[in-house]
Amino acid sequence: MAEGKGQKTNLGAHLGGHLRENGMLVALVAIVFFFTLVVRVSIDVDFLSAQNITNLFLQNSYVIIMALGMLLVIVAGHIDLSVGSVAAFTGAVAATLTVTLGWPVLAVIPTVLVVGGLIGAAQGYWVAYWRIPSFIVTLAGMLVFRGLTLWLLGGQNIGPFPKSFQSLSTGFIPDLFMVGKPNVTAILVVTLAALILIFLAWRSRQCDAEFGIEQEPMGLFVARSMVIAAALIFVGYKLASFRGLPNVVVVLTILTVLYAFFTENTTTGRRIYALGGNEKAAKLSGINTNRLVFLCFINMGVLASLAGMIVTARLNSATPKAGTGFELDVIAAVFIGGASMTGGSGKIIGVVVGALIMGVMNNGMSILGIGIDYQQVIKGLVLLAAVIFDVYNKNK
Amino acid sequence: MTVLLEMRGIGKSFPGVRALDQVNLTVEAGEIHAICGENGAGKSTLMKVLSGVYPAGSYEGEIRYDGAVLENRSIRDSEAKGIIIIHQELALVPLLSIAENLFIGNEIARRGVINWQAAFKKTEGLLKKVGLNEAPGTQVGKLGVGKQQLIEIAKALAKDVRLLILDEPTAALQENDSQKLLDLMLELKAHGVTQIIISHKLNEISRVADRITVIRDGSTVSTIDRAEISEDRIIRDMVGRDMAHRYPDRVPNPGETLLEVEGWNVWHPEQKDRQTIHNAAFHVRKGEIVGIAGLMGTGRTELAMSLFGRSYGRGHRGKVRMNGREVDVTTVDKAIAAGVSYVTEDRKALGLILEEPILKNISLANLAGIAMRGVLDKRREAKVAEEYRKALAIRTPGVQQKVLNLSGGNQQKVVLSKWLFTDPQVLILDEPTRGIDVGAKYEIYTIMNDLAAQGRGVVMISSEMPELLGMCDRIYVMNEGRIVGELSRAEATQERIMAMILKTTGRAA
Repeated sequence: MAEGKGQKTNLGAHLGGHLRENGMLVALVAIVFFFTLVVRVSIDVDFLSAQNITNLFLQNSYVIIMALGMLLVIVAGHIDLSVGSVAAFTGAVAATLTVTLGWPVLAVIPTVLVVGGLIGAAQGYWVAYWRIPSFIVTLAGMLVFRGLTLWLLGGQNIGPFPKSFQSLSTGFIPDLFMVGKPNVTAILVVTLAALILIFLAWRSRQCDAEFGIEQEPMGLFVARSMVIAAALIFVGYKLASFRGLPNVVVVLTILTVLYAFFTENTTTGRRIYALGGNEKAAKLSGINTNRLVFLCFINMGVLASLAGMIVTARLNSATPKAGTGFELDVIAAVFIGGASMTGGSGKIIGVVVGALIMGVMNNGMSILGIGIDYQQVIKGLVLLAAVIFDVYNKNK
Repeated sequence: MTVLLEMRGIGKSFPGVRALDQVNLTVEAGEIHAICGENGAGKSTLMKVLSGVYPAGSYEGEIRYDGAVLENRSIRDSEAKGIIIIHQELALVPLLSIAENLFIGNEIARRGVINWQAAFKKTEGLLKKVGLNEAPGTQVGKLGVGKQQLIEIAKALAKDVRLLILDEPTAALQENDSQKLLDLMLELKAHGVTQIIISHKLNEISRVADRITVIRDGSTVSTIDRAEISEDRIIRDMVGRDMAHRYPDRVPNPGETLLEVEGWNVWHPEQKDRQTIHNAAFHVRKGEIVGIAGLMGTGRTELAMSLFGRSYGRGHRGKVRMNGREVDVTTVDKAIAAGVSYVTEDRKALGLILEEPILKNISLANLAGIAMRGVLDKRREAKVAEEYRKALAIRTPGVQQKVLNLSGGNQQKVVLSKWLFTDPQVLILDEPTRGIDVGAKYEIYTIMNDLAAQGRGVVMISSEMPELLGMCDRIYVMNEGRIVGELSRAEATQERIMAMILKTTGRAA
């Protein structure tokens, strides 16, 4: 390679400068390897079995979905503690509409999303236009919507749901080619996704080159792209050989791409980062900061209601206890993913990786039979370590 | 008279700036000594040296106090010797009571337990001394600024003050509160408290001061005795420097009137009955550089920010016209759309997102200019940033650098780029060269000249008079929220501007 020697010296410097972005990805891969090894050795189970990978996504989809919205809220310099209660409440609303009132599923889903948006608006209004700290408003929301969930359900579980509603969580994309196993559609879709990903990365790299923007060394670029593509195809193959692509994974992927695009490539997305980075400067640049905060909370409410429906569908009943503690998992995922507490920074892809790290650890430790006591301690320490790593990097 | 304080040959440097050089100050016991000088002359730095904010060893020269060499390691040291400074920004805790504030850090306590009875009793005595008729339990935040100022003095008295330093004590006060404060100063003097007052207000100084020391560009110019005090003399000493800086040449070529402001009135955002801008009227022509002179806190920034999308104040009243047509400037984006830009004096807090790269800062005020239907074109963004980097000579390895890492001058160029990208017809530059080294200043001046040559109108707010004189075609002089005069380039001199300010101070009502 022509770059030969120069590249080697660059590599170290580049890794030093971008430790964070690559660090979390490396951590995720390392954690997966660790559990694969330990699970195999200690209880002779395949951690990366098709079934477990499917489970991993089904178990963690709601965290990832809410983390997408939470990232925006946190980037804007706020926090939303109410998402667990809101998910429970909207789940209860969905159950009441579907099971008790017998609404068709296609009417229930948009209705519940609107309810979520209204809840977000109700909270965001006080934060954005009255300047009441979001911590307090959403702490109140956390109590209010938990209470309303209990009231709506009358302390009972409501279920079961019709098949069509359950498929929100437990459904799979049907195989269009009818080959049987492995599921050809799944393999095709995932391979295509991997190719598109590589293409996009390559194009943005070309764009950087055009403007003399500092580039990632070629070797690292190739290595990283290969690893990501390989991981994607591996996961796709595994899913294909089980029951195919879960609906949730498709929804998740679409949302992730959508939000990544929104945060990085739209004016509104950019303005949210500006608002979190320096609200006064943003305001003096003609940005309607209050409205943006309001919109972030509405968006969070909508995503919380989507997550609420998915959880409800998965459990096949709305329960008063659903979603307890979700807010902490979601917020932890955002911070592990590299968002800053003070706002203004954080990436969608980082958040997804952060949520996956949490998810893989939950899943791995459960398989190993580690008690909930130790699990909490370990998760807490991982969160702390990730943020210390961040701060250390910044001060260096 | 015995000498209480003698500062000899004081020098103090900051990176790139010589703030104080060979300052001498002698204060006699029992006198009120005034220190005068322009903004940035070094008055406050000198007082920080004296009060231990800058500890011994961080400055040159010698301080003798009460017959011994004074070497303060901290403010606590100087306070222990009875030297107490009251800063312009009051250091009171608004949510605590008067009594609690008076003894902060100096509590009447045994083993950490406060004796409230004694504290309240002592508070009553101190309040009587400063002529305040308030209950010791009153929350400080509920008092007006004038009364708060008196509480600061009571706080100093609580510490057995011998040398009281007041940094622009009447800057934020109404006329009758100022008078009360000056009376109190004379009363304290009668009780033997030596005082140093920093002030711009010559009528106040001549009322209370026994002697005046004038500081200019970090050095002592003169010490004037009471008998010789005259406004002319002080003004001459304050501004008597040569034009030290050079300004790029330019042939002024003003065109039609661009921006016109008429009968502009603004009230303070929190204190509803305090009017900060009174009936301001001014205009800017195409290709013209117009200056706004005035001391700090006279309402120049408030005037500019209130015009720029009501970013300051409330109850805005008045007319704004662009090219003869009345325009809506009620929000920032409307002001930008009308062709007005405001470059803040505080670029770090209000102008930049420090953690973001240069290119994102430049596009911030005109994201529509790099987007199609709300989707950003990042190539275009990089291209735009690159163009401004070249045009304004922003010194940086690349436009991906965080602005945090740039020098003051280059940061200022990024802010300028941001506003130029909105293609404004009128740019209001608030202290555009503050905190910038001399070379970068010249570059900023050149950019300003280029903007005027392109037919834009430039408004320059500055506390540095030589800069206004060197750059502007016309200068408006502001004082106490009013525009008190207008001078053409030919008429304008530092003496005239100073005289306009001083002669209208406390007299416009």
